[in-house]
Amino acid sequence: MNATSLTSKGAARRRFLCGTGALTTGIAASACIHVGDATAAPAKAAAIAQAPGAPVPVRLRVNGHDYDLQLEPRVTLLDALREYIGLTGTKKGCDRGQCGACTVLVNDRRINSCLALAIAHAGDRIRTVEGLAGAAALHPVQAAFIAHDGFQCGYCTSGQICSAVAMLAEARGDTISAATADVRRKGPVELTDAEIRERMSGNLCRCGAYVGIVAAVRDAAEQV
Amino acid sequence: MHAFDYIRAERVDDVLAALADPNTKCLAGGTNLLDLMKAYVEQPERLVDITHLPLHQIEALPEGGMRIGALVPNSDLANDATVRARYPLLAQALVAGASPQLRNMATVGGNLLQRTRCHYFTDIGFSACNKRDPGSGCAAREGSNRIHAILGASDQCIATHPSDMCVALAALDAVVEARSASGVRQIPMDGFHRLPGTTPQRDTELRHDELITAVLLPASPFAERSRYLKVRDRASYEFALVSVAAGLDMQGDTVRDARIVLGGVAHRPWRAKAAERALVGRVLDNTALAAAATAATEGAHPYRDNAFKVTLAQRAVARALREASRA
Repeated sequence: MNATSLTSKGAARRRFLCGTGALTTGIAASACIHVGDATAAPAKAAAIAQAPGAPVPVRLRVNGHDYDLQLEPRVTLLDALREYIGLTGTKKGCDRGQCGACTVLVNDRRINSCLALAIAHAGDRIRTVEGLAGAAALHPVQAAFIAHDGFQCGYCTSGQICSAVAMLAEARGDTISAATADVRRKGPVELTDAEIRERMSGNLCRCGAYVGIVAAVRDAAEQV
Repeated sequence: MHAFDYIRAERVDDVLAALADPNTKCLAGGTNLLDLMKAYVEQPERLVDITHLPLHQIEALPEGGMRIGALVPNSDLANDATVRARYPLLAQALVAGASPQLRNMATVGGNLLQRTRCHYFTDIGFSACNKRDPGSGCAAREGSNRIHAILGASDQCIATHPSDMCVALAALDAVVEARSASGVRQIPMDGFHRLPGTTPQRDTELRHDELITAVLLPASPFAERSRYLKVRDRASYEFALVSVAAGLDMQGDTVRDARIVLGGVAHRPWRAKAAERALVGRVLDNTALAAAATAATEGAHPYRDNAFKVTLAQRAVARALREASRA
């Protein structure tokens, strides 16, 4: 599907899911069309539809690729990624902003894609778990999750990994958390286990793989 | 979620024009509004996306205060260098709330307008909720009310306000700036959120045709010695059962003035003025802390499941004050 596929098997699986989605949900095949160049006709996000809430053209930029979609304004970013673009790495857990399984990066910041409207993110840089790895190697956070067994069933994992990628960048930016002893003190964040747990608290793991997750994040922090 | 129209506003005036329609709502971070729309608690016909308005500035004012744009994300405000230095209480309260992802989305203006997390309000499966459907009753009064109010409630509504940020803003004497077609007005935090009374459907004094544009923070004598303490059912990513924003203005060992505001106990951030008065002119010893703690819950009226909140609030007040004095 694109250069970010890790293996040919992975790419095939994604194509299969995209096709399956189109068949089973009745979404037009065109919803999966991938617009790779910037010369295509510009889509306007701001639009008042003819019928209330009717689909409007929305261009989303995901993992460096443009996707021209027809979306009702009520379609969340999560549903646009999964059901319209076919990027099913981002998971729908609670769909209510309470679990973090849907975490993606928007303009390098981690957000819950279930509580975001896709139309509101036209023009933003969206990065999903599919966009983290390089052509030849996994992202260090992905590799660390494998090395430290940071999952059991795996359902929360892509959210955990996206969250950790952003969290490590936040920590490098000297941000505070509820585990920070003195918010007035400036300087580098020491990523203790308490800090990692607090900063990753927006991602729940029902399997309870937290010990491995904390170890993976600690390890990745030293590599990234 | 019901279908709705979406427009992206570029100018404040466009928003004010759109708000003339009672079925139009503003969309900022969306963390509360979209959640409630998925639950069919909120059913606007049109959303105006206000996130592209030029209301993202955080300004340190020369006389020591700050002006915070309504669209500043909670995470940016918590990490602003001036906020961390001048208003650590606010920074602490912000990072105590929600999750990192939600704080990246949620805005200052949206946080002010958060709605209660009362189970009976957020689930339309329960028919009795005066806040959602005025005149329908209050299922929480006789229901599962462990998380509900112990202060300032009415027989119409016993919901609490869920925000951490607002508790700190109330302790810091913040002022909400709102714009409408008829001009700009400033609403002190003390008078921004309402008690439920007979109109629990109205959370705040903000009118539908008004847009929050900024929050103003005056220079605060309580900024240096302050503490936000949040007590909840799990270590993180949970609403407060009880929270306390405590600020002390000390002269040596003696309390010159104090600010004590409670969260999680009332329909609005609950300023405990009697507790503040109990401390003025006193040395902050255990006797004074106990007096303030007792005064903080004066007039408390617990319900079936939340009597524990009275003791919890008292202990949280004492601990927050002690930690504030050592800050």
